[in-house]
Amino acid sequence: MEMPPPDPAILARKAHLVARLAAVLPGDALIQDPRETRAYECDGLAAYRCPPLLVVLPRSTQEVSDILRICHEEGVPVVPRGAGTSLAGGALPTADSVILGVARMNAVLETDYEDRVIRVQSGRTNLSVSGAVEEADFFYAPDPSSQLACAIAGNIAMNSGGAHCLKYGVTTNNLLGVTLVMMDGTVVEIGGAHLDAAGLDLLGVICGSEGQLGVVTEATLRILRKPEGARPVLIGFDSNEVAGTCVSDIIKAGVLPVAIEFMDRPCIEACEAFAKAGYPMCEALLIIEVEGSEAEIAHQLRLIVEIAQRHNPVELREASDADEAARIWLGRKSAFGAMGQINDYMCLDGTIPVGSLPLVLRRIGELSQQYGLAVANVFHAGDGNMHPLILFDANKPGDLELCEEFGAEVLKLCVDVGGCLTGEHGVGIEKRDLMLYQYSPRDLEAQLMVKDVFDPKWLLNPAKVFPLSISEDRRRAALAAE
Amino acid sequence: MNKMLTPQSEAELAECITAAQAPLHIIGGGTRGCAVAGDALTTQGLSGIELYEPGSLTLVAKAGTPLAEIETLLASEGQRMAFEPMDMRSLLGDSGTPTIGGAFAVNSSGPRRIQGGAARDYLLGVRFVDGSGQVIKNGGRVMKNVTGYDLVKLMAGAHGTLGVLSEVSLKVLPIPEASVTVSLAVADLAVAVQAMSAALGSPFDVTGAAYDPAVGLVHIRLEGFAPSVAYRQEKLTADLARFGTAETRQSSEALWKYIGSAAAFVGRTGDVWRISVKPSDAPRLAPQLGAEALQFDWGGGLIWALTPEGADLRTRMAQAGVAGHATLVRGSGETLAALGRFQPQARPLEEISKGLRRRFDPRGLLNPGLMDTDPMTPGRMG
Ligand SMILES: Cc1cc2nc3c(=O)[nH]c(=O)nc-3n(C[C@H](O)[C@H](O)[C@@H](O)COP(=O)(O)OP(=O)(O)OC[C@H]3O[C@@H](n4cnc5c(N)ncnc54)[C@H](O)[C@@H]3O)c2cc1C
Ligand SMILES: Cc1cc2nc3c(=O)[nH]c(=O)nc-3n(C[C@H](O)[C@H](O)[C@H](O)COP(=O)(O)OP(=O)(O)OC[C@H]3O[C@@H](n4cnc5c(N)ncnc54)[C@H](O)[C@@H]3O)c2cc1C
Repeated sequence: MEMPPPDPAILARKAHLVARLAAVLPGDALIQDPRETRAYECDGLAAYRCPPLLVVLPRSTQEVSDILRICHEEGVPVVPRGAGTSLAGGALPTADSVILGVARMNAVLETDYEDRVIRVQSGRTNLSVSGAVEEADFFYAPDPSSQLACAIAGNIAMNSGGAHCLKYGVTTNNLLGVTLVMMDGTVVEIGGAHLDAAGLDLLGVICGSEGQLGVVTEATLRILRKPEGARPVLIGFDSNEVAGTCVSDIIKAGVLPVAIEFMDRPCIEACEAFAKAGYPMCEALLIIEVEGSEAEIAHQLRLIVEIAQRHNPVELREASDADEAARIWLGRKSAFGAMGQINDYMCLDGTIPVGSLPLVLRRIGELSQQYGLAVANVFHAGDGNMHPLILFDANKPGDLELCEEFGAEVLKLCVDVGGCLTGEHGVGIEKRDLMLYQYSPRDLEAQLMVKDVFDPKWLLNPAKVFPLSISEDRRRAALAAE
Repeated sequence: MNKMLTPQSEAELAECITAAQAPLHIIGGGTRGCAVAGDALTTQGLSGIELYEPGSLTLVAKAGTPLAEIETLLASEGQRMAFEPMDMRSLLGDSGTPTIGGAFAVNSSGPRRIQGGAARDYLLGVRFVDGSGQVIKNGGRVMKNVTGYDLVKLMAGAHGTLGVLSEVSLKVLPIPEASVTVSLAVADLAVAVQAMSAALGSPFDVTGAAYDPAVGLVHIRLEGFAPSVAYRQEKLTADLARFGTAETRQSSEALWKYIGSAAAFVGRTGDVWRISVKPSDAPRLAPQLGAEALQFDWGGGLIWALTPEGADLRTRMAQAGVAGHATLVRGSGETLAALGRFQPQARPLEEISKGLRRRFDPRGLLNPGLMDTDPMTPGRMG
């Protein structure tokens, strides 16, 4: 993966930058010891690494503003960072950039059950937001599988989703307001505890902008009362096609489960070997979860089972208690871990129209043969967000590159059938160069115009999202203006 | 003499905008009834549903497609637009055929906003022509998509100032089997908001919470499968008994249309304001507004106010120390000129918005002035 070469002028001015930052930050907020900055060399896309110039770990919006103002004046790129779990290389530094980590900003600022909102500092982890309102039986809905580690900051930047977003939506649908620090240090408040911020929907563009428009330091999030209960059903089929048709029939029938997860045979086998959840060995497995009171759950499950029966399932297992429910989820939840046991893997994240599922799975199978790399499919079937896991051997020369090529083919396929390159993980550096497959240069120009307005000097996370060839002129012009 | 442009295709739309020498007033169905100076450009010729996949819950339509046409097709498959686009024709005294493009351009969201989200939350993809005449697409027709910046959200609620939508793709949802409304007799606004908060904070998935002070009723809507609705209705009625006596109505479609379209103010003179606040601020703010009539939706978070002409509700909000925003939905020319249609924004946000308009519409052709909230901008009354 190509990254722009570091600017020697910035490297040469490191001591000066450190002195300026040290003047506004407490001593422990500035990290430059290479042993300590190593932890910031990469994010969840660990194949790509680069030590940053410096790491700063501010504790307040004011400190973030001071840091950005100084970096802006000095013309130094800044890479915002939450917990570093991005799978797209979104938080990957360059050698001439400052990593601005918000992990120390993790306080709950206000909990308001009457208005059903919580305000937190953005470094707070996703799960601990729900944790903060659990006492009142409330929760924060978007639940990425990484929720134990990932921060609200990263969730907002990537517009992250989760298993339950079929019913509750993704981050953007649950975000009401932010405190955003612009690259020049200006602090702006957008939205708040009321619905729909005034004026243009700036909150909507900031969410999913991958740290390129500003640094989010605080967020107002919608919280919801927990349903009375939830229960999954597990249904096995002897073909992917039939499982796909079943999903679409359930949706057409007006049932809207909170989650519909899909696993194919290679994935089932790996999970079974790893977690021993007692999954049936079949071609395709659906885990469908519904919510409500006991009676409501029973009613919805009955409808789902009726529909599934019409498709001759090879297995149909309803959870009758919490224990069985946990067992049904066990395999699915350990899917990534299971894969990690067998092999190195790359996790793709394209979305397709639900109706194209059988076709896409068949094509992936063919590509897998062609590239000689195994694939396991696990994904959110209700909304067509696929996570094919391509297995490769990082120690085998050329295997990573082969895997990336294969991955690119699959993502192009997603676009070809009317879908997109990434459903929830973001573009980062990983899918940067494929952007021109989904969008025309003109479409991308419109996005670049937004970046120009928020960050005219192109200093925030500059080498991400857009193909370098497309952003090059702007990055260079900004440098020349220095 | 002002012209009327009626492009018949996206390509023609792009030609019209490229060729334009003077400001354009973008019209969908024209039901919004607020004029901007300039030639009229209507999306009437861009009409038709291009794709509908009930099993994927998605529909793609050209921007000028009448909402009614989409609603009819969806209903034939037992589906609907869950954001309840509002119909303001009676309130504004307009006729016309509301379009899907217009509904998204104003981010038109009804009572279900509190549970299912705003119009923008259902918009999956757009095609539009910007002020330079360039055709741009963003998003797509799948439900999860984080590929690049979300210009879809930016276009929703931009009131045509960043581009003219030519095509939209949206997420639709099943029409639930049953819908009931539990109505509680409550005389006091503070108690009404408490009751609505209790309902919205319950596990019973409330999809509407409104208060009509004229009749002293809190309305709570429940939707879903019949047995589930029956169960939740019983539970909720018991839970809410402490706030007032309840009665249940089985068919409530007309009631929620009435609430969503601010029908209570139809035929009455005066300015009409739509105010978004934190629900718990409503009881404090309402008496300060000097309104002749009030209606509350979104659990108290949306206040409709009918006021004597020229009353500046934004100043009253500020005096009450209440955060949020107020849109002057209906006002006389003088009131609009004096107060502006939209809530002025903090300086840096106004700068960003202006910067975006300058980039997307460098010649200032598209509904110029409509979204400017800078008091110095001429023509901002829109
Ligand atoms: C001041 C005002 C504010 C309103 N705000 C809201 C609101 O916040 N929420 C709500 O629920 N309803 C709102 N409405 C109601 C709105 O009238 C209807 O909800 C909407 O359906 C109108 O559809 P239409 O096709 O008739 O649009 P029109 O009345 O023709 O146009 C509405 C607006 O959208 C623009 N527009 C129309 N078509 C396009 C297009 N294809 N591309 C780009 N821009 C286009 C127009 O320039 C105009 O600014 C508002 C009405 C008024 C008068
Ligand atoms: C095992 C595993 C499972 C995962 N499962 C899911 C899943 O189910 N769904 C899903 O959507 N994702 C998933 N992810 C991806 C990842 O967890 C999400 O993208 C997450 O939101 C990243 O959060 P973070 O705090 O770790 O962000 P980081 O990795 O630190 O950064 C991500 C991006 O956010 C930007 N950023 C960080 N902080 C700020 C800030 N304060 N202001 C502005 N920009 C900022 C960064 O510059 C970067 O572009 C998974 C990852 C792993 C490793």
